[in-house]
Amino acid sequence: MSTPIVELRSITKRFGDFVAVDDVTLAIAGGEFLTLLGASGSGKTTTLRMIAGFEQPTAGEIWMDGQPIHALPPYKRHVNTVFQNYALFPHMSVWDNVAYGLRMRHVAKPEVAERVDAALAMVHLETLGGRIPRQLSGGQQQRVALARALVNRPKVLLLDEPLGALDLKLRKEMQLELKHLQTQVGITFVYVTHDQEEALTMSDRIALMRAGRIEQLGTPREIYERPATRYAADFIGETNLLPARVRAAAPGRLTLEIEGQGLEVPAPSSPVTPGQEVWLSVRPEIMTMVDGSPPAGHNSLEGTVEEGIYAGSLTRLRLRLPGGGALVLHLAPTGTARSAGAHARVAWPADRGVCLVA
Amino acid sequence: MTARPLPAPDARLTWLDRLRARPRARTALAAALPVGWVTLFLFLPYLLLLIHSFWRLDEHQTIVHQWTLASYRRLFTTDVYPATILFSARIALSVTLLSLVLAFPLAYLLAFKVRRYKNLMYMAVIIPLWVSYLVRAYAWKIILGQEGILNGLLAQLGLIHEPLEFLLYSKWAVIIALTHIYTPFTLMPIYAVLEAIPPSLKEASQDLYAGRFQTFLHVILPLSLPGVLAGSTFAFVLSMGDFIAPQLLGGNDSGLMVSNLVVSLFGVAYNWPLGAAVSVVMLALVVTLLTVANRLEERFNYRGKRGRAAKTDALAAVVTESRA
Amino acid sequence: MTPSGRRDWLSRGLWLVGIAVFVFIYAPLLVVVLYSFHKSRIIAWPLQLGTLSWYGVLWHDRGMVAAVVASLKLALLAVVIALGVGVPGAFLLDRYDFPGKALFQRLVLLPLILPGIITGVSLLTFFTFIGLPLSAGFPLVPGWPVVLGHGTALVSVVVTQVFARLQRLDRYQEEASMDLYADAWRTFWHVTLPNIRTALLGAALLVFTLSLDEIAVTFFLIGRQNTLPLQIWGLLRRGITPEVNAISTIIFVVSVGVIVVWARLMHDPQGAKA
Repeated sequence: MSTPIVELRSITKRFGDFVAVDDVTLAIAGGEFLTLLGASGSGKTTTLRMIAGFEQPTAGEIWMDGQPIHALPPYKRHVNTVFQNYALFPHMSVWDNVAYGLRMRHVAKPEVAERVDAALAMVHLETLGGRIPRQLSGGQQQRVALARALVNRPKVLLLDEPLGALDLKLRKEMQLELKHLQTQVGITFVYVTHDQEEALTMSDRIALMRAGRIEQLGTPREIYERPATRYAADFIGETNLLPARVRAAAPGRLTLEIEGQGLEVPAPSSPVTPGQEVWLSVRPEIMTMVDGSPPAGHNSLEGTVEEGIYAGSLTRLRLRLPGGGALVLHLAPTGTARSAGAHARVAWPADRGVCLVA
Repeated sequence: MTARPLPAPDARLTWLDRLRARPRARTALAAALPVGWVTLFLFLPYLLLLIHSFWRLDEHQTIVHQWTLASYRRLFTTDVYPATILFSARIALSVTLLSLVLAFPLAYLLAFKVRRYKNLMYMAVIIPLWVSYLVRAYAWKIILGQEGILNGLLAQLGLIHEPLEFLLYSKWAVIIALTHIYTPFTLMPIYAVLEAIPPSLKEASQDLYAGRFQTFLHVILPLSLPGVLAGSTFAFVLSMGDFIAPQLLGGNDSGLMVSNLVVSLFGVAYNWPLGAAVSVVMLALVVTLLTVANRLEERFNYRGKRGRAAKTDALAAVVTESRA
Repeated sequence: MTPSGRRDWLSRGLWLVGIAVFVFIYAPLLVVVLYSFHKSRIIAWPLQLGTLSWYGVLWHDRGMVAAVVASLKLALLAVVIALGVGVPGAFLLDRYDFPGKALFQRLVLLPLILPGIITGVSLLTFFTFIGLPLSAGFPLVPGWPVVLGHGTALVSVVVTQVFARLQRLDRYQEEASMDLYADAWRTFWHVTLPNIRTALLGAALLVFTLSLDEIAVTFFLIGRQNTLPLQIWGLLRRGITPEVNAISTIIFVVSVGVIVVWARLMHDPQGAKA
């Protein structure tokens, strides 16, 4: 990465005894859409607030564009935030809300007018400038908050779960709109959310956070298809985590013992020793039902069908394995129906199973 | 959108910005005026009153700055003082009970039976609180006097042949006047608490076969206790502290309540240490009562944190519209 | 009796009691107002309506007019002091933690909770102790002790009102303002202040009204010049004249006006119901 636009260098944040952010180092590239993904308490919001300036790191430094900014108050950072509850000023009109930052920067009046009108047009709210926030719907308020931040052309835009209050359909629309906006405007977006689907849809890179640390950093594809830990595999999407024991290790390949059978899987990044306990992550959608022997390059397991739950675009089938564990797979609507108690065999491409050590 | 960038904000720090990063200095600055003022004009005066109660008056009518319990001894051994305190407490108790009896039904009506104009009606009940206290006390002189309205009406109706003398210049006049004045005070917290009871509770009770009276007894009444306690506490404390109604309406036998004692000891009967001692005793009584009431309120506060917030708001409201 | 019959009886009884209490609360006031138009000097039954002469007497009563002026001065100064100390006090309680905060909070509320005369005599002993005479500052102010004492006693009112509003403020708005390049002072001016404005006005109005009617503290601290309530009190102790009815009626009308304004302020949709 050429000079990253934002650099977090070993930042830690403590609230009394509680460590919210634990020695996090992260480099954010200019123009990228980076998502901080995690459950509540994972430290993602605190990290965002430290970039904005609302919290001071207990330790570590924050650099932006080659300058240290961790000692600067929020109003001196070239960063803007879109808040979760929008935080629009109720006593000002939409137009005045959007103009606020520019006016505080003493931008000349005609230029303010020009930029505000353009910002409102960008979020398709040109006609609502005279309204006050109370008169707007949730989605409209959200767009005002966006315009109010973007009009200032910050180096980085911080978004704190901005879509949380919207209903599902609107949320999905806004996800696409935000992504397009970001590409169009070219500003770095740092986005916080707990919704992994949202993160997968919108981000260039995802930093999965857990207990104040970055669990895994990578592109959506990398995190989804090559999770580094069980937590990562389980948090994003659905997966089956099969307990296994290492039988034999060879360069690039492992033989695992699962359910009494030997399965060959790609080796994980960290070295393993024979006899070590590991897990195999197999996503439900990569499995298919087979009759007879599985095709080459596939691993397979057999079990008894327990139940199938219809979910519209797919059916979730649960298989009880002889060793006591269970497997969940997704059946396409056109798949053959399986009745409870029937014996079944599933198979998946061996390369797509992920062996996890932690 | 205009692609022209905007320059970055000026990164130089002013002294104000630096202050922001030093929380202790900011706190000190923010606290200076309020804490300083309150210490000087509230803390010190109350402290001084306490100290005065431990001094005494000598033969030359000067206050002797020596630690002594003489004033307290005098207070507790001279009959008139404990007797007056007890008398005041009895009057305050009567006022409290009467106000409760009057306020509760009206509060109940407002909270549950009035649909439209509820706010307006509530305001109407509260308005008298804002009218001068003196006016309200003095009105009873007109009503209860020998040639007053009540006597006049009763005579005209042929119910009596001679004016009732016991009405004015008696403890009844004081009690009636104080009840009239403080009933809205008692009503406010009760109304606030009743208002906060969700209608679904009443409905649930009736769904479970309880009649209206039983619903009232088992559901509404217990839930109204914090408000009742708050209201009674204030009626009691305010009545104890009243010195105008007794003087105006109490006459010779009922004109002396605790506060009148204090007034005279700081005035014509010049004995500040003794007056301070009486005040301290009154203060101790009030604080004890408030603490007990507080504990009780917490015990009977079934609605938890939200209920407490409602009660505190009501308290704040009552208290801000208080006393002469 | 059928259940519905009994229900009506209970309901009607309740309404009757309620209305009776309501009348009990208002009737005395009405009496005072009506008797301000009473034709005779002696206030007795029956009522003889039909004269405005008592208002005339009021107008020419120099002592009363001076008392009104003094009360107004005192009330204005009380508002200044109460706001000046109370608003910072409310912010202090809302946003800062410091050793002794609980004590400060209790202390600030004391004048509201305790009977007024306790605060009054405390302040009297204080000013005597430091040697400030009760008439100091007269005729500019009704007396510094009464101004200072009065204002201080009413600080509590401002603190409770403003604190309650501050607690309801959306903290994120202030962060948003700072995020948009406004420093602490400009954030206060453009964002915080407009949102607490109605609470400030309401508190000021409340302090003003309470000050006009204040008796207990004023009684002990007043110097040479009486305030309105004390002037009326003096008249009352000497014997009733209908003039008292007249001034009382005026006070009643003004008070109702004030409370209507206050109620409007408190239900301002901008700040939501206070």
